[in-house]
Amino acid sequence: MASGSFAAQPETTAWTRLMVNRNWLGFWFMVPTMIFLLFFLAWPLILGMWMSMTDMRIGRGGVFIGLENYQYLLEDRDFLNATGFTLAYTAVASVVKFAVGLYLAILLNNHMPLKAFIRAIVLIPFIVPTVLSAVAFWWIFDTQFSIFTWLLQKAGFLAKGQYINWLGDPFLAQCSVIFANIWRGIPFIAITLLAGLQTVSPSLYEAATLDGASGWQRFRFVTYPLLTPIIAVVMTFSVLFTFTDFQLIWAMTRGGPVNATQLMATLSYQRGILGGRLGEGAAIATAMVPFLLAAIMISWFGLQRRKWQQGESND
Amino acid sequence: MASVQIADVRKAYGSTQVIHGVDIDIEDGEFVILVGPSGCGKSTLLRMIAGLENISGGEIRIGPRVVNDVPPKERDIAMVFQNYALYPHMTVADNMAFSMKLRKAPKEEIADRVGKAAAILGLEKLLDRYPRQLSGGQRQRVAMGRAIVRDPQVFLFDEPLSNLDAKLRVQMRTEIKELHQRLKTTTVYVTHDQIEAMTMADKIVVMHDGIVEQMGAPLDLYDRPANLFVAAFIGSPSMNLLNGTITPAGFETEGGVVWPIGTHPADSNGKAAVLGIRPEHIQLDDNGLKAEVVVVEPMGSETQVVVRCGGQSLTCVFRERITAKPGELIGITPDTNVTHLFDAGTGKSLAA
Repeated sequence: MASGSFAAQPETTAWTRLMVNRNWLGFWFMVPTMIFLLFFLAWPLILGMWMSMTDMRIGRGGVFIGLENYQYLLEDRDFLNATGFTLAYTAVASVVKFAVGLYLAILLNNHMPLKAFIRAIVLIPFIVPTVLSAVAFWWIFDTQFSIFTWLLQKAGFLAKGQYINWLGDPFLAQCSVIFANIWRGIPFIAITLLAGLQTVSPSLYEAATLDGASGWQRFRFVTYPLLTPIIAVVMTFSVLFTFTDFQLIWAMTRGGPVNATQLMATLSYQRGILGGRLGEGAAIATAMVPFLLAAIMISWFGLQRRKWQQGESND
Repeated sequence: MASVQIADVRKAYGSTQVIHGVDIDIEDGEFVILVGPSGCGKSTLLRMIAGLENISGGEIRIGPRVVNDVPPKERDIAMVFQNYALYPHMTVADNMAFSMKLRKAPKEEIADRVGKAAAILGLEKLLDRYPRQLSGGQRQRVAMGRAIVRDPQVFLFDEPLSNLDAKLRVQMRTEIKELHQRLKTTTVYVTHDQIEAMTMADKIVVMHDGIVEQMGAPLDLYDRPANLFVAAFIGSPSMNLLNGTITPAGFETEGGVVWPIGTHPADSNGKAAVLGIRPEHIQLDDNGLKAEVVVVEPMGSETQVVVRCGGQSLTCVFRERITAKPGELIGITPDTNVTHLFDAGTGKSLAA
């Protein structure tokens, strides 16, 4: 074997072997990314989890207290309410965003005059900075100057001089922030689904038409099944973004009135940063992880390549 | 099964008219091929028969019924698309059964019909596969299976073979023809490939720029092209067309070469015309016209030779093997029984 001649070279150490070994080459190429991910993703996450098990406050290093923060949170009505509202916020907003987004996508997929222009308009909520649109909604839902109140008055549903306390009433405030989130989230879903719709060959619809399918049946048996992979992707992202929403709430209501619109993210910020109880804030943030993991697991199974997508694609 | 009548059918997109009054009679059980270069309106016409395009003028009948305003699913037709249009998320069996499921046909009937269609096309072993797992030829067969299951009055094929490789195309050509002979369903088939048209059709309709140039049995079109377009379109390699003048001695082209021609109308002497000679109708003849060999392409069974004669290039196909080298002179003569003369102005055939 040639190894004899290698052995004759005295400078061959385990380290130089590692450096020239082809199997390790791939590893070396991955190292920069691994460092990056460890430093910017894993480290903050682990630090946050560690903090959640301490009684750390601003300016004072914490002591390890185990799961005490979590125990305390489980009896905290505000935290439980925030968790409940976060779930409701995510569920309602995601379902409506999906329904309206899909409807818009199908509408935009038809031939119509000024198609490109209308598509661009649909994107507006998405390109406006969140805080800016939140401020706009702040005005839209203002007690005195709300355009909705004005419209209701004009239409005669509301007597003149009567006002609706949109952001002051707990339930109305919850509805209002959900509305704002829906408005902001629709373009992402609509445009992504539109991209998905455009990959469906028109001849499939023609074939289905000749096979006797009605408009609804074409959607049900052709469009929808072909869209499922992209629906899984877009809804995963939508759910994750909605669940972790912060900006919109913070700019519109700061979690008020009486914590009615408090999301887990805003509560964590309020307790941890504004209240200074870093350990507790970290515990609230960490409590979001299981929910997010669950959402990712669901989509992971949803995203698995279906049987019809497998096999070689020679088309 | 049914006949199809197309009467003065027109199609316009806004002010652009793409089909200018087409009349075609398709008999019950006939295999008709619409052929023409791209953009001639053949696919549009097919889609109008299917109901995928509306009809701007004229009338289409399937059987006794005018179908102008009948929605596609009630026309009782089945179509095979160029890209097959198989539903990618359905198995072969589900693809074929889809139309029957929509009609809420009983399960046994669906299984029975799908099974029969699969047997006809040799798809029995593929019923559980998805379209992605099939080869091009198999997909093509599934698309036909989907049409057969419907048991329609008319089959429509829209360039079904153009996505297949050359060898498979020849094989599928035979299969489709066989299938038609077995099922005897009226078939309208669109292609741009004149060889497909010649080999498969009972009747060929040659279309060009939204009009029918000529209609007839394949060999009729080959033997008696009505105009220059059909003459050049049908036949492979295509007909040699020479510009010149008809004289009592024959057909004189530029450079003073006089081609012998068969009988021609007496009053046509001195007229500018186009002489059409098919490559396979030129023979070697030592006493014939002298032509310079440009390219020799031996094909085994025959030899294709491009020659130059009187400043014009001609393609000849000889049964003999040719040993001549490029640059050498050979003698050629056309078979005067099968030469064609066309009016230089209108392009119409001068044969009565």
